[in-house]
Amino acid sequence: MSRFKDLQKNLFGGTTSNARQFGMIFTLVAIVALFQILTDGLTLRSDNLIALFQQNSYILILAIGMLMVIVAGHIDLSVGSIAAFAGILVAKSMAEWNFPWPLAILFGLAIGAVIGAWQGFWVAYVGVPAFIVTLAGMLIFRGGNQLIGNASTIPVPEGFRVIGAGFLSEIGPDTTYNNLTLLLGIAGCVAVVWREVQSRRTRRAMDATVAPLWISILRMAVMVGIILFVAMRFASGRVGTSFPISGLILVALIIIYSFYTRNTAGGRHIYAVGGNSRAAELSGVKLRRVNFYVMMNMSVLAALAGMIFVARSAASGPQDGNGWELDAIAAVFIGGAAVSGGIGTISGSIVGGLVMAVLNNGLQLLGVGTDRVQIIKGLVLLLAVALDVYNKSQGRFSVIGSITRPFRREAPAKPATSSDADREPATTTVSG
Amino acid sequence: MSDAPILLEMRSITKEFPGVKALSDVNLVVRAGEIHAICGENGAGKSTLMKVLSGVYPFGTYEGDIVYQGAETRFHDIRGSEHAGIVIIHQELALIPGMSITENIFLGNEPRKRGAIDWQSANRMALDLMARVGLQEDPDTLIKDIGVGKQQLVEIAKAFAKDVKLLILDEPTAALNEADSQHLLDLLRGFRERGITSIMISHKLNEIEAIADEITILRDGRTVETLNIKADGVDEDRIVRGMVGRELSSRFPDHTPNIGEVFFEVRDWNVRHPISADRQVCKNENFVVRRGEIVGFAGLMGAGRTELAMSVFGRSYGLWESGTIIKDGKEIVLKSVADAIAHGLAYVSEDRKAIGLNLLDDIKTSTVAAKLSKITRHGVIDEVAEYKAAEGYRRELRTKAPTVDEGVSKLSGGNQQKVVLAKWMFTDPDLLILDEPTRGIDVGAKYEIYGIIQRLADQGKGVIVISSELPELIGLCDRIYTVFEGSITGDIPRQDADPETLMKQMTSTKKMQTR
Repeated sequence: MSRFKDLQKNLFGGTTSNARQFGMIFTLVAIVALFQILTDGLTLRSDNLIALFQQNSYILILAIGMLMVIVAGHIDLSVGSIAAFAGILVAKSMAEWNFPWPLAILFGLAIGAVIGAWQGFWVAYVGVPAFIVTLAGMLIFRGGNQLIGNASTIPVPEGFRVIGAGFLSEIGPDTTYNNLTLLLGIAGCVAVVWREVQSRRTRRAMDATVAPLWISILRMAVMVGIILFVAMRFASGRVGTSFPISGLILVALIIIYSFYTRNTAGGRHIYAVGGNSRAAELSGVKLRRVNFYVMMNMSVLAALAGMIFVARSAASGPQDGNGWELDAIAAVFIGGAAVSGGIGTISGSIVGGLVMAVLNNGLQLLGVGTDRVQIIKGLVLLLAVALDVYNKSQGRFSVIGSITRPFRREAPAKPATSSDADREPATTTVSG
Repeated sequence: MSDAPILLEMRSITKEFPGVKALSDVNLVVRAGEIHAICGENGAGKSTLMKVLSGVYPFGTYEGDIVYQGAETRFHDIRGSEHAGIVIIHQELALIPGMSITENIFLGNEPRKRGAIDWQSANRMALDLMARVGLQEDPDTLIKDIGVGKQQLVEIAKAFAKDVKLLILDEPTAALNEADSQHLLDLLRGFRERGITSIMISHKLNEIEAIADEITILRDGRTVETLNIKADGVDEDRIVRGMVGRELSSRFPDHTPNIGEVFFEVRDWNVRHPISADRQVCKNENFVVRRGEIVGFAGLMGAGRTELAMSVFGRSYGLWESGTIIKDGKEIVLKSVADAIAHGLAYVSEDRKAIGLNLLDDIKTSTVAAKLSKITRHGVIDEVAEYKAAEGYRRELRTKAPTVDEGVSKLSGGNQQKVVLAKWMFTDPDLLILDEPTRGIDVGAKYEIYGIIQRLADQGKGVIVISSELPELIGLCDRIYTVFEGSITGDIPRQDADPETLMKQMTSTKKMQTR
């Protein structure tokens, strides 16, 4: 039994973000497995996986920016409109002003930056709540898109479409697999192992208790297994398809932003501002600057997402990006971010977004109509957050605790760690 | 008094939280018409006991019996206990700032006529209740427009609106100035004469000694003893002994100051109120701090001490108007908190939970928050360096926590304060400004904090202590400035500092002639 407890504590109950992430991934795997069974194996087929990634990469890119916005204590409702606005301008720049496509991409990012500076100015320097600023932005830039595009679609050239519809190319020996995708998978595995080793080394340097080696190995084995499995699937698709370029952009952004939010002073300032802005200010954090850049960054990512979408659908239209803001916000909250700010992780938001995406995709494969899919997605969002709120009020965190609870044979409510148990009386001492 | 009938008896109350026994076998006997004080260090279980009594922890979640007015009673929620005439007034007042006095008094208890609120009789009754607690205000005044002392009175009036028989006050004077505290204590004496029983939880032992009839001391979730103040000849030292279970020979550690040259000077400091710019909050203030010196700032609430400190600390309060800061003989300009930190200033705020700490953080993150540059290279945080720094301070300051990964929200007030001190010690300051450093902290932890402050001074740093407790300033500081309505009215060396002198300077505009 003690081994089981060890496992439970290290995988699900620990306080390190590693354990949290692992728990989230576990949820995702469970949902994927469920749909894999329900759809008779359609879910994990190469073409479906590829489509799933392509269709959702732009939402996940938005979720990255949205996570930082929400952690800082704001919200951004304008991302869909900004994506559409940037998309139409970029399409127009290529179709009418003859911008070469690489320049058009830079142009699109610049548009995002300018819009972001505009919104950041109102939020950070004037002090208008982000909800209002971005609600206004949602209207302004949706209207802007339709004004510029005359409410019609503008096609984009072939070269540009790579960022939305392109794949890793076929090079090297014929292995019946896509070699670059395989290489990417192997690189991913190496990264997982390297990170685990690093984290063990760090914990040892801190004289903290290091999880038993077999748990580390199990953890790595599961992660490596998932990565290799997914890589093989992507690599073995129809000839000409493989890991999508948009997915590659997404993975790069996830790595960069995860590192930024976890390991840099700038990232920590975002959490400080969201956790207690006055305390952050009195600790020397430049509040306005943080708020400004968080909002600005969101708009740049929104412009990027808009361009990827336009590239995939080969044209920019007036309805692009409708409702994206809500998908992105839902992903962040399912991924464990706090509505009041200060809490949340990039990886959590990505998994949250993938949960929604798999759900969407699986239900469609099952032939469920969009009406019902919407209802189910709404309920999932509500339940996921409600479960998290409930678990927090019970002194343990996250969805995972409650998933594993039915498996426990022992008497109920033995807290996993002593620190959890101290919470109740400790808070009462504050007033006593 | 001891022959008065027993109003309330709590018998062997045991309350467990997962993994921790917050109360074990606690007994409390309160007689009708007395003021009964409950004392104990933070975490001793005072608040938990009161939550059991008032039904916050309903019947069935604890063991033991509550006998009230001669019958065994089971409260299932707060409404149940309020119905029985037990009303608890929490330390954090439960008033709605944007509502009027009347609306707050009758919140959840509104007088109705045919389903609608009867505002006429509500206002009439409010005036009556306000008169009983000695509150003279227009009942339509919004709560946010009256001071915290008057807000406390509104809370008590609210209790009376519920026909209170047993009034429980949790740290009623913690946020009040001397005058308001005195008024409140007089009020409680008046209630006693009218037969209302009060239970008072307090850290202010002088108040307990002055007002209570009986005192029950809790320690680590157990009853230590119940004393009759008069019959047992109880004084402050006796209470402290019961609370900490040992003799605290002195409430301040011994200390021989080693004071050097003046290194920090503020000249002709003028600051205006951030919203109403015609109000001057700091009026031409001048002060100096020497190396190794602990300088006190005494003043009534609203005198502008916090405002002065914060405006010096990178203009983090108000609209700066004029004035110069000279440090080590050179004039420095501090336009932001970052500037202030870079120039070796540290400000430990008055309200640790609201503006001092991010309660979502753990000890480690909090410790390094004000000077991340010390543990970052090219903007990347070195986690091991962070851990080592935090762990070092945890040991040095003896912060009670299993590891530095513990969330600061789980710590007691004294330990939270140690984390805040560590956070500012980590910035290597030359001048520390400590605003109410021991507010809401129990006796044992206070002693430790005083020791830390003295050690910082001995390292050659200047320390400014702002406090509303005069004995604390007198016991700790080498020199005390008095502040009255935005002006510094006195500069009193330790040997001349006594409560009377200070109080006189704190309430007068006339500048005292200093040596």
